[in-house]
Amino acid sequence: MSQVRKIQRQTDKMATAVEDRAPSPEGGRQSPLSDAVVVRFAGDSGDGMQLTGGQFTLSSALAGNDFATFPDFPAEIRAPQGTLFGVSAFQINFGSSAIETAGDAPDVLVAMNPAALKTNVPQLKQGGLIIADEGEFNDRNLAKAKYDTNPLDDGSLAKWQLLKLNISQLTMDAVKPFGLGNKEALRCKNMWTLGLSLWMFDRDRQPLIDWLEAKFAKDPNLAAANVAALNAGHAYGETAELAGPLKQHHVDPAPVAPGLYRTLTGAEGIALGLVAGAQLAKLPMFFGGYPITPASAILHHLSRLKEYDVTTFQAEDEIAAICSAIGASYGGSLGVTSSSGPGIALKGEAMGLAIMTELPLVIVNSQRGGPSTGLPTKTEQSDLYQAVYGRNGDAPMPVIAARSPGDAFECAIEAVRIAVQYMTPVMLLTDGYIANAAEPWAVPDLTTYEAFPAEFLTEVPEGGFKPYGRDEKLARPWVKPGTPGLLHRIGGIEKEVDTGHINYEASNHQAMTDIRKAKVEGVKVPDQVVELGAEGGRLAVVGWGSTFGPIHQAVRRKRAEGADVSHIHIRHIWPLPANLGELLKSYDKVIVPEMNTGQLKTVLRDQYLVDARPLNKVSGQPFTIAEIEAAIEGALA
Amino acid sequence: MNEMTTIARQTTLKDWETDQEVRWCPGCGDYAILKAVQRTMPEIGTAPENTVFISGIGCSSRFPYYMETYGFHTIHGRAPAFATGLKLANPGLDIWIVTGDGDGLSIGGNHTMHLIRRNLDCQIMLFNNEIYGLTKGQYSPTSRVGTSSPSTPYGSVDRPAQPAAFALGAGARFVARGFDVSKKLPDVLKAAHAHKGAAFIEIFQNCIVYNKDVFEDFAAPKGAEDRQLWLENGEPMLFAKGTKGIALDSEELHLKVVDIVDGDWQSAGVIVHDVTNRSVAHMLVEMRFGEFPMALGVLYDDPRPTFEADVWRQNKAASEGKKADLQSLLRKGQTWTVTEGGPEL
Repeated sequence: MSQVRKIQRQTDKMATAVEDRAPSPEGGRQSPLSDAVVVRFAGDSGDGMQLTGGQFTLSSALAGNDFATFPDFPAEIRAPQGTLFGVSAFQINFGSSAIETAGDAPDVLVAMNPAALKTNVPQLKQGGLIIADEGEFNDRNLAKAKYDTNPLDDGSLAKWQLLKLNISQLTMDAVKPFGLGNKEALRCKNMWTLGLSLWMFDRDRQPLIDWLEAKFAKDPNLAAANVAALNAGHAYGETAELAGPLKQHHVDPAPVAPGLYRTLTGAEGIALGLVAGAQLAKLPMFFGGYPITPASAILHHLSRLKEYDVTTFQAEDEIAAICSAIGASYGGSLGVTSSSGPGIALKGEAMGLAIMTELPLVIVNSQRGGPSTGLPTKTEQSDLYQAVYGRNGDAPMPVIAARSPGDAFECAIEAVRIAVQYMTPVMLLTDGYIANAAEPWAVPDLTTYEAFPAEFLTEVPEGGFKPYGRDEKLARPWVKPGTPGLLHRIGGIEKEVDTGHINYEASNHQAMTDIRKAKVEGVKVPDQVVELGAEGGRLAVVGWGSTFGPIHQAVRRKRAEGADVSHIHIRHIWPLPANLGELLKSYDKVIVPEMNTGQLKTVLRDQYLVDARPLNKVSGQPFTIAEIEAAIEGALA
Repeated sequence: MNEMTTIARQTTLKDWETDQEVRWCPGCGDYAILKAVQRTMPEIGTAPENTVFISGIGCSSRFPYYMETYGFHTIHGRAPAFATGLKLANPGLDIWIVTGDGDGLSIGGNHTMHLIRRNLDCQIMLFNNEIYGLTKGQYSPTSRVGTSSPSTPYGSVDRPAQPAAFALGAGARFVARGFDVSKKLPDVLKAAHAHKGAAFIEIFQNCIVYNKDVFEDFAAPKGAEDRQLWLENGEPMLFAKGTKGIALDSEELHLKVVDIVDGDWQSAGVIVHDVTNRSVAHMLVEMRFGEFPMALGVLYDDPRPTFEADVWRQNKAASEGKKADLQSLLRKGQTWTVTEGGPEL
């Protein structure tokens, strides 16, 4: 069947599935993405919602759907049970067309307790389906969620479809034969819910059964109990004679390019990209890290990859993490460090030293809500100033921003390339949304990547050895300690041009400052392309990082309606692509959506004197497509 | 991984001197330490190109510029972290950390502690002059109570840190003491180098400008015999030309000074120094000068496996029998193939 016909068939089917959906509040327009479904699992942080979501994601992948996910969890590991701030949610948007965001508003909300209902139901689409575990809607939990009356009974949920099930009791019944304790039995609730969800979307249970059996291999009884809960949830959907809202939906596979696929989170993308980059540079990798949310996952992934010539070091603090990485780079390895905003702030002085001593280094910043401790588990893009400007002295450093988990793989390779070829630290920006979210990823063929082997100076060159002599890229030579004949000293005090000796003279400092600036500005980055739309026109929406999905979808929708709008997404934040200034000036208007108060906007205005207008959101949640659509409408009005 | 480099070579003092003008104040104790190190290196027998001096910030931290070796003058307090990364990248390098009381115990106290705890194979020379010299004379974490300085015009009130006790408390397997102009400093340095693991050396250093002669009470040549206890492994702890010794007060469980009559230190209960005795080491580093002589030389030396060796061992063991095929790693986990007809498991 042709892809087009497949989508058509799918759209017809979904139209039936959503027939009882009320018109959306913004003017009765049906979502053009009715071949996609958004499901949000919400429960207590101890209810296993992230795991449920993760497994549902896997089943979506295996069903051939395209998808995007958004894990949304509290900073507390085990917040007090039943509380509003202890709610953990996982949203997945899956369907048979290209999915680029985790979806604006859920079609289905699974609420495991009153607090989960209260915090998540406002986002649910009108007419959407609520599946609530009524077993948890007791007086105690209702009070904790600050409900005066039971919302399942008082009619307050009238604009949605409501399905009340005593999931707790049904689960207890299902796992009774296995003799689990009360607490352990209730832990299987998430599997029961998952089973029901799999039935709703016509998904195969077998991969999850295999996964459960592997996960609980040491406790076959517990594995069997979980499988029983899963099957019971599935059977409930199949056999319960519910005339109401519970219907089986089938979402067809998305039309994607043939090839081998896997799911990839941003943290995995970064880790694998760094390993690939080190291999292309033919260098051993040294990774110095310190635990911090949401960056730790990169350290976890890399610490299992020792056979790839990766040494990981959990340092005593953020400063030691970067300093050890610089020490390793000095020794001829690829030094890498990673953190999140507050940790990056601590690393600032050491970055200056890496700039001064001109050693390769990759610094990954998985951004989170700030300032200070801020919102550790929520996403934000507010460290762009810190990346571009945030050091003492004139301290230029290349900055790259990843737009998605798959893009993080490519960006990590690019960061390694620039670091090694230009002998400079490079900052790689990602964020909490990219780090945690998963997407299907076409596994790349590594033989198609061009190697960029690092070169070490091993003997005195013609004309004598100059530790701060330069090649055509203005990069200085890299010499491993241990090399005879090339002994020299480096440090943070201003260097003399060529010799690298200490030099405090005015003209020398001017010259070295100019060289450092010219070197970074001379980093070759690809010309900026237009992601969607034309070069020049009425409006450009310019983004960077994880806002790619909502911007792309919003621009696509508006263009489908005939609007003259284009999407430009910047990967190379510093130096900016050489053609970017002219490109931006070819539009009448430029808007810059960012999850900060307007940081890229400032840089663009400063660099090009263009009237870039900000669109800002700092709620800890990604942009919705509708928000960007509204901004486009406003700009074109 | 990088090649391990272990080259030994015959050198002279001159081979270890750079062409750079030494910029410490005239009369600074650092000159004597520099010469002692440059004199010791040929005796140790390592090659200059295989040697790296790493420092933080402060007067002492200018040291690497004057050694004809590889050198890295890093940032304030962080030299141990750079050394850790470098040694893990290339365990064959001979690494010397140069730090001071402010650099190594104040801003960098955390790194000093963790370097020692991990037991990275390196030498840590902590130049203790009990003052911030480069920033013009503020009191430091080792300054004695009452030290008058620009930031403590009425005298400092906080109690000083004791570097050797700090190091031992952090888990050091080698602790030694010396002072700048001591003829025995090279022996201390050689012992530190011979120790495989983190070797901590506190070197009392005279800051001629801001804290002049603060160690004269024990370092002055006149009367040194009575005020210095030079420890030798296997030898009784004797000083004052053998007329006094250190013994254990077994009632009170602390050290005491005992008089020796006719050289009979045995009956006076004088302790024979055993560098591997950690309990005695704890008492030696706590010995208060005045009531006791200053304990100098190798106070403790009992090696344990080193951090970099353990890391390399684990990396090797974890890699054993595994093929580093990145392409297959990318394909790992649950994958699916999309064909023209749709996805397949």
